[in-house]
Order: sequence, then C-alpha cells, then structure tokens
Amino acid sequence: MEFQDAQRFVLRAIDEISHTFQKLPGSAMLIRYIQSSYQDDPVRSAIELILVIFFVRYLLAPSYSTHNGNFVTLSEEEIDDLVDEWIPEPLVAPQTSFEEAENEKLPVIIGPTGPKSKLSNGRTVTNLASYNFFNFVGNEQVKEKAIQTLRTYGVGPCGPPQFYGTQDVHMKTEADIASCLGTEGCIIYAQAFSTISSVIPAFCKRGDIIVADRAVNYAIRKGLQICRSTIRYYEHNDMEDLERVLQKIVKEQSKKPLTRRFIVTEGLSETVGDCVDLPKLVELKLRYKFRLMLDETWSFGVLGRTGRGLTEAQNVDASQVDMLVGSLAGPLCAGGGFCAGSTDVVEHQRISAASYTFSAALPAMLATTASETLNMLQTNPDILVQCRENIRAMRAQLDPRSDWVHCTSSPENPVMLLVLKPDVINSRRLSIEEQERILQECVDEALANGVLITRLKSMPVAPSSNGKDDEWKLQPALKVCITTGLSKKEIEKAGVTIRHAITKVLTRKTSSKLALPATS
Amino acid sequence: MFTMPQRLPRNPFASSPNTATAIPPSEKPTARRPSTSKANRLSQFFSSSPKSKEQQSAQAALLSAVAAQQQHLLNNPSPQISAPSLSLPTISLSTAKGGEANMDEPPTTLFQPPSVAEAKKQARIDAQFAPIGSQSHRYVSKHMGEEFPEPIMDEPPYYYLLTTYISYLVLIIFGHIRDFFGKRFRPEHYRHLKAANGYAALNSDFDNFYVRRLKMRIDDCFARPITGVPGRYITLMDRKTDDFNEHFQFTGTYTETLNMSSYNYLGFAQSEGPCADAVEEAIKKYGVSAASPRADVGTSDLALEVEDRIAKFVGKPAAMVFSMGFATNATSFPALVGKGCLIISDELNHASIRIGARLSGAMISSFKHNDMNDLEKKLREFISQGQPRTHRPWKKILIVVEGLYSMEGTMCNLPGLLKLKKRYKFHLFIDEAHSIGALGPRGRGVCDYFGIDPSEVDILMGTLTKSFGANGGYVAAEKHIIDKLRVTNAGTIYGESPAPPVLMQILSAVKIISGELVPGQGEERLQRIAFNSRYLRLGLKRLGYIVYGHDDSPIIPIVLYNPAKMPAFSHEMLRRKISVVIVGYPATPLISSRARFCVSAAHNKDDMDRLLAACDEIGNVLQLKFSTGVAGGAENLPDGVTPEMEKEWQKANGLQGVVKPPRWTLREIIANGVQDVKKPLR
Repeated sequence: MEFQDAQRFVLRAIDEISHTFQKLPGSAMLIRYIQSSYQDDPVRSAIELILVIFFVRYLLAPSYSTHNGNFVTLSEEEIDDLVDEWIPEPLVAPQTSFEEAENEKLPVIIGPTGPKSKLSNGRTVTNLASYNFFNFVGNEQVKEKAIQTLRTYGVGPCGPPQFYGTQDVHMKTEADIASCLGTEGCIIYAQAFSTISSVIPAFCKRGDIIVADRAVNYAIRKGLQICRSTIRYYEHNDMEDLERVLQKIVKEQSKKPLTRRFIVTEGLSETVGDCVDLPKLVELKLRYKFRLMLDETWSFGVLGRTGRGLTEAQNVDASQVDMLVGSLAGPLCAGGGFCAGSTDVVEHQRISAASYTFSAALPAMLATTASETLNMLQTNPDILVQCRENIRAMRAQLDPRSDWVHCTSSPENPVMLLVLKPDVINSRRLSIEEQERILQECVDEALANGVLITRLKSMPVAPSSNGKDDEWKLQPALKVCITTGLSKKEIEKAGVTIRHAITKVLTRKTSSKLALPATS
Repeated sequence: MFTMPQRLPRNPFASSPNTATAIPPSEKPTARRPSTSKANRLSQFFSSSPKSKEQQSAQAALLSAVAAQQQHLLNNPSPQISAPSLSLPTISLSTAKGGEANMDEPPTTLFQPPSVAEAKKQARIDAQFAPIGSQSHRYVSKHMGEEFPEPIMDEPPYYYLLTTYISYLVLIIFGHIRDFFGKRFRPEHYRHLKAANGYAALNSDFDNFYVRRLKMRIDDCFARPITGVPGRYITLMDRKTDDFNEHFQFTGTYTETLNMSSYNYLGFAQSEGPCADAVEEAIKKYGVSAASPRADVGTSDLALEVEDRIAKFVGKPAAMVFSMGFATNATSFPALVGKGCLIISDELNHASIRIGARLSGAMISSFKHNDMNDLEKKLREFISQGQPRTHRPWKKILIVVEGLYSMEGTMCNLPGLLKLKKRYKFHLFIDEAHSIGALGPRGRGVCDYFGIDPSEVDILMGTLTKSFGANGGYVAAEKHIIDKLRVTNAGTIYGESPAPPVLMQILSAVKIISGELVPGQGEERLQRIAFNSRYLRLGLKRLGYIVYGHDDSPIIPIVLYNPAKMPAFSHEMLRRKISVVIVGYPATPLISSRARFCVSAAHNKDDMDRLLAACDEIGNVLQLKFSTGVAGGAENLPDGVTPEMEKEWQKANGLQGVVKPPRWTLREIIANGVQDVKKPLR
C-alpha cells in the first residue's frame, strides 16, 4: 500500500511539475531546442548537461575558502588548548651589549648644536659630526627669517598637502628649487629620509625593472623593497658593470612587452662617499632607454659652484635626470626633502607618493629656511669654497698620513668616510663586527680628546624583501663632517686628534679582540 | 542650570556671502581683513556680555571673569598695547567722576572703542582661536562605562544608491568617450601614458583613468593653497581655471574662511601666545635644525625633555620622537616584528601602517573594521593553524588599530581589544594619530577616554602634527622596548631629528594641556573641543544628515553618496566662506563619498551655528537630509519622561518601533543644542 501511495505521489508531482513547466513562457522552445540539439549532436548535449550541473553546484557551494589543502580542521576544544599553550616571544629581543653601549654612549648636546658643542657631561667639544657644513644652524639671518615665518604661519600646517596643507611658502620653496636646478617642477616632502622611499614606489610597479647601485643607502633599499619591481644590482659606481647589466636586461626583455625601466643611484654615496660619473650614467640611460632616479641627498647643496649639486658640478642638464631627489635637511639645515623633474613626474607624485599624500606638510618655517639657505648658497658661493678648503685641510691630516685608515669619500664631499685599510683588515682578519667595534673605540677616543665624530651606522635589511642583496655588506667607517664654522687651523688640529686616536686604538694590543663578547 | 537665551544668537553667517576682499599682492598676506572678527567683537561687547550678566548666576560670572582674565593674559603677551592712544572724552569723563560709589557699578553705557592697532591684533588672535561664547559651552570627553556601542550605520533610500552607481557609470562612459577622441586629436595630453621612443609609459593608462577623468573634474576642491595660520579661520588663496582644472591661476585675492578642514584639534595652530613665544626663544637659542640624525649627534637636551614629557603625558615609562608621523609608523614596524610574526591590522588602518607592516616582512592579515568577533575568529584560526605551510607557532602576533579613524570618525573598541588580549596574549599597537589630545578628559587619547591604564597597551604611537600644532610622531612604551627601538629603528638612525622649534612647540603644548603653563587653559581647550564635537554632531543629525562615527569624536563625516554632490557641497560651503574636506573613492568605498568636518577647540559655538546654518541651506538644495532616524537626532522626550522610562512611554503611546526621520529646524537645534549635548545623545 505504502509503495503505491508513494508512486502515486511521485507521478502526481511529476505531472504537476511538467504542467507548470509547460505553462512557463518559452518552455516549448526550450524542449524543442534540447530535442533537436540531441538529435544533431548528442555529445554536445552531454557537455551542456555537465555544464549546467557544474553551474548549479557552483551557485550552491558555500563561499569558497582561501585555505589550501594544508588547513587542519580542529575542534573548538583543540583550538582552546592551542591558544592556552601558545607563548609569544616578547615584543622586542633584549639588547645586545653592543647596542647597550651604543645607547649609553650616545652624545647628548646641551643647547644649540654648532662647531663647538656642549655635551651633557659638561665638556665643550669640537663638533665634526653634524651636517652643519656651512654653519647655517647658527646663522642669525636664517633665525630671523624663521621667526618671521613663525609669526605669520605658526608652526605646523595641521594637515596633509592635499587637504589645505599646502601653504604659499611651500609653493615658493618648490619654485625656488626648480628654478635653481632648471627643472620644470619640484615637490617637497616633509622628511628627507622618507622622500626616496616614496618616490620609487610611486613610479615603479610590479613587472617594472630597476637597476640599482649595490651600495645604495637604506632609504633607497626600503623604496626598492616596497615597490615590487624586479631589481638588479650593479657593482658600486662601476659603469662598465652597469652597462653589462643594462645590456643583459635589454636582451632578456626584447621579446617581452615593454615595461618601465629605471636606474637608481646616488650622487654622493651615503655609504661609501664617492661620486658617480653622471655624464656616463646619462649616456648609458639614454642609450638603453632607462629612466634615471638620482638621489642627491648628500650632493645637493654641496657640489657645484653654487651648490646646485652633481648636475652643476659635472655640467649635466638637470632635466636629463628624470627624478632628482634631494634633501633640505642635510646641507641646507632646514627640514624635508624634494623631488625635482618634469611636470608630469611631479604632478604624479602629488597623488601617488605615499609619504606626500598621507603625511602632514612641512612646517612653514622649515620651508622658508630652505629657501633662505639655498639663496645664500646661490648669492655667496664663497662659503662653498671655504668648506672645500677645510675638507682639503682635514684630508691632508688623515688620508695620506694615517697608516690605518683611508678616506673613500670624493675630495669635495664634506662627509668624510674613513675605512680601515684592506691590509689592516686582512692581516688581523677583522670581521665586520670587529671593525665596527674598533671604530667605535676610535670615536670614543677622539671624543675623550675633545673631537666629536661618529660612525657610519648600519641597519640590517629586513629578510624576505625583494630588494634583498645578500652579497653586499656595508663596510664600517668613521664619519667626519667638515664645517665652515671652524677655521683651517682648528680643522687641522682636530684632524691630528682624530689621527692619533685611530693610531692609539689600533696599536693598543688586542684590546678590540678582548672586548668582544664570545657570542658575536 | 541656567537657560540659554531663547533667541537666535548673533549670527555671523547672515552677512557671510559677501565677496572676497582683495589684498594687493604686494602687501604681506598677514594683513588680515579684520572686518568679520571686529564686528564679532563689537557685537559681543554690545549684546552678549550684558545679557550674560543678567542671566548668569554670580558664580558663573566669577568663573567666566577668571577665564576671561586668563584668556586675556594668554592672548596678550604685551598688554601695554592697550595704551590709550585714542584719547576719547569718555575716558576723562569716567576718571573725572571717580566717585567710589560709581566704581563697583559696571560701566554699562560708557564704551571705549579699542584702538586700531589693538583691534587688529585682537582680530588676528580671534581668527586663530575664538573667544569662548559662554562657560556652558564645555563638555568632558569621557566614556561613561557602559558597553561600548558600535555607531549605527544609517542607510539612505535606495534611490540614492542607484543614482550614485549610475553617476559613476556615466562618468566612466564619458571618460572613455573623451579619451577616445582625446587620444586621436590631442595626443600631447596623453604623452605620459603612452610608450614612446623606446620608453614605456611613465604612468599606467588604466591607473591614471580615475585621476584624469574623475578626480580632475573636482580638482579645484583639493589642495587649495592657503596662507597664514590654519587656526579657527583659514585664508585661502583664490584661484581660477580656464581649462577645467588642468591649470590654476591665482587671482591675487584671499578669502578668509571658517576652517573645518585642519587637524587643529586643540587649536594650537597659533602665531601668538605662549607656544609661539616659546618657539621664538627656541629658534634664537637652538637655531632651526639639529643637523644630524638622532643616532649620530642629533640628540639634544630639548629632545630628551620632550620625550620625557610625552612619556609622562601618555602614561608610559619612555617615549621617542620622530620628525614625521608617517615615517614613525613606516620605520617602527620593521623594528618590532619580522619574519615568523603576524600582524593583524584593522582594515581601515592608515597607509603608513600598511607600508610599515609591509616593510617589516611579517605576515599581514586584517579584520573587519572594529569588529571584535571577526578579530577573535581570526585570532583563533591563526594561533591554532600556526605559520602557513610549516604550522610552526607564530613568534608573536601584533594587533594594530587606530585610536580614532580619520575617515570614519569611529574609535577603536579598546575594552573589547583588551578582553581579547588577556585571552590570546597578542601585543597591541595603537596609532593615536588623531586621538591623542582630541579624546579623554585629560586629552591623553583613547586610554584616557575609556579610563584604562596605558600600561595595558604595549605600544602607543601618535603624531604631534595634529593636536599639538607641531610636526612629527612619537612612540611610547616600556623603557626596555624604547631602548631597543632606539638602536634598531631606521627613523632614529637615518631620519633627520625633529627641528628644535618644532620640539619646543610640542613641549609647550604638552605643558599647556597638562595645566602647567597657563593653568586652566588646557582644560578649557579639551572641554571646548568635546563640546563642539558633540554639538555639531547632534545638530547635523537633527538636521537629517547621515553622520558617521562615535558621539565624542571630533571627526565628523557626513555622507553625500552622489559623486556630483562632492564638488557641489564644497563649492556651496566655500560660497558661505567655510572650507571643508571632501573625500571620495578610493579613500572611501565607491558609494559613500563624504564631506568631513574636523572640529577644533579654536571654534566656538557661533562657528558651529554658522556651519549648521550653512548645512541646513545646502542640505535642502542638494537633498542631503535623508537620514531615517535610526542613528539619532530623535525628538526630545516630553517633560517628565526620563530616558529609563522611554520604552514604557513609547508602549503607552503606541510608538513602539516607530522611527521618525529627524528634520529639525535650525532654530530648534540652536535653542536646544547646549543642554542636549550634555545628556547622552539620542
């Protein structure tokens, strides 16, 4: 009986369904289509049926998860247990003894910084560590201008440039830099350090190719890391190697669709101190159709007759450099950074450079200070001459005379980097850490004798970055910054002190070895 | 409680749509047009102060007098300027009378106009920081201790959503049509988008489409150049365009507008007053630059003092300052986490956090904005699964949230986060870029607002750009964390150290907020921004706008939806001399374009009323009043019905579930605003 009931029910249901189906508009056509297509091509109907089934299954499937096959399904209790068991590491690792010492020894300047600075231990020392090359920090005219700006604009602009943060002084500083360099436009950022890290990802996207100098500074490395482009390195300031790399890329890419290609390098290298051959670089970039991003952080305001940077020093038209990045915080003693280039380049950054769009604008007084100091360099190039004389005086005391160190910086670079001579390193088999320790002792010894200098600080590049370059290691160096605030005599005297300090540390018997902790 | 005068207050907006005043270009832009402010001051003298005398109780009068005295002391570093250069007969008259009996009577009829110089100076000060209208215009920003509710998101009628989508469609179609012809007839305009001469295009055509065809249409609403101090008022440099926003020409005129756009939360954007005086001294003493990174020789006694003060201010043992807020985040994450660590970040976190997180090399995940359930789900999954593929346990998990979200006006749910932190042992990083100074009874950010001990949060980061009127950022944490960060953070090692004048601005602002300098003034600033925020938010809700965010947030976004309403709103506001920020895609979801008001302590109630009046008019013209009433702005309960009794009262009157769209008149809003903001907003 039951079976009959079920049968009747099924039949009635089928009947009802077919009845309603026939009532639907177009149903007759659909049946006719299926019938005829089945007669013509049964395989096609089978495929269509499979497709329909797949479609229905796809629609009914729960929203698909991104878990791969590696996902382990766990019960709530198991998860609770795992949560209880999990012990996270502390937020930061404990300091190493070297770091601790570094923190302790950090010089603290009481009052203004200047050629002679007072430290927290009460001593007044000769300051050869600040980027106060032209002694603009103590300049009364600069201060006067800053106070005027303060009384007109206050301190902070209280907003990002795109939202009412652009003040007329920012536009003036931009115009001043552009006209000084001879580029179409210029854009100023609120911090020099984050300028190039933002300029690179504003233009370089996934799939683009960047050829970078192996010794580029940390800010460039961060820019390279964030931009997701393909990165190739060439040996530091080796134009032949660069040409080889460019040739190889052009050959590799000849069959692929055209992508943006960039060369990224520095004018004066932050880590080595030497100077790039810009005419050759421009020639190469034009020949192989690359765009050039030049970081002039250390050369703008320093090189050239009036401090316009590398382009002036080597007689290259600045418009040949596609993106010219510089700092207003270093030699110009103000704050912020800039990128000069064509109008297209500049306007593109205003909406796509992260540290311009998402950060507050530069304080007005720093912008006017930059304009002011730039103008002082233009109208009074004598201070550049004076600075270079001081550099020569210091060099004469150190590079040829010292048995232990030599200066890798270019002769006009007021940041003199002193590295241990290769034979010293080889004969004593000094590791990078040992060199850093020895140089730190030199810094301490010089300070004990009344001369404040610093060391080139290194930062580990984050792992798992695409800008990874395992082969390259920054060579530890002493950093001596020349200033016009000191007379030639004083500079020479300081030079002698530094030389003696280095000699004393390096002739000290195995002191550096003993000081090393066993684990380093 | 005294009652507010039941009248429309003197309204500066009545006379607002007059034309821009031309300043000859040769003149210094500082030469402000004093007319509005002067009128304010005069009318205040005539109408408001005698009135308040009549109505205020003696104690209130005393309070206001003390405050006014402090204000005066603060604003006038050189009170000698009020020398009677203008010897009016009134002066000699009053001194001639000289009778003791007359002295204790306030001179209600005799009026001594301020000298021209004094009036100008006062107008300048008032344009940067408004005088408070009444001592009742204060409120303490504090979480009341109940469950922290998510703000209710109101929805507009479907009509608006539909027209928004259609608008974008039309814009995109027109954009493509213009591109089609443009690329053929004006190829020079597409130079940077095309491969030429062996070089690939500088910008991607596809990426650039939005900028070129959508943003360009409203480009005159962005990056309006300003001059002078972005205080209570902001002076825009007028510009015009002949080629549809491709280029702008300056007309040489200036317009002083009400500033609803700057992040000047506590009104420290001032070129006068104790902060500016201290900064001037700092410039004289220290110069403009520290000329070295912190890790070299950029560490000065001033920097250490500021760090110490900031640490004390936020309630952490140690802190460090940086010269840029963006870079603070971008360099801090790599120093905190790395490979094998996990960052779970709120989906609406700022770009600087995203960049810092990407630079760190840690794995990044995100959770739904402020959704604690989603966060818990994510945490359980990540902790139980461990690292992808290897299933090793995570080294550490860092949850990153912002204290106050700059596009939404929402606060992070700190109590909820801490509850999860106890269970799941993650580290918590709070970016207080907007909340520091702007929230909490003592202005110390979200911890202060919720009454939570700052030691429960691992890292408190914030910017000094906003509430402090300076520039830069800070990170505050336990001492051993900061010590480690000092040697592992790129911002300290390579980034320029903050400029001494900027440090001094921070220092004096912190001192004022914590009441050491000019006692009472910091408190006034904190309570004024809290009052202004609630007052404006309630007013906008009552007008019928859809307003996002939490009640105490000084960031007040109103949703516009249709893309064409963004420029229309901005232009209408500018016509009424109010500058506002409009935000659209991609900073917001495509449909919810919005206008954002940033309330400041430099505003007073009159400014808020002026803005409400403008919103009232514009809302009618642009059809922006479409709230349904679920998110607030409801009618007040009748007398004798307390909020606890509301449910019963509704039942008794058959009003259960009835939500009336709020459409108050401006008059009602202004009449009831001051009392109503002090109750829980409804």
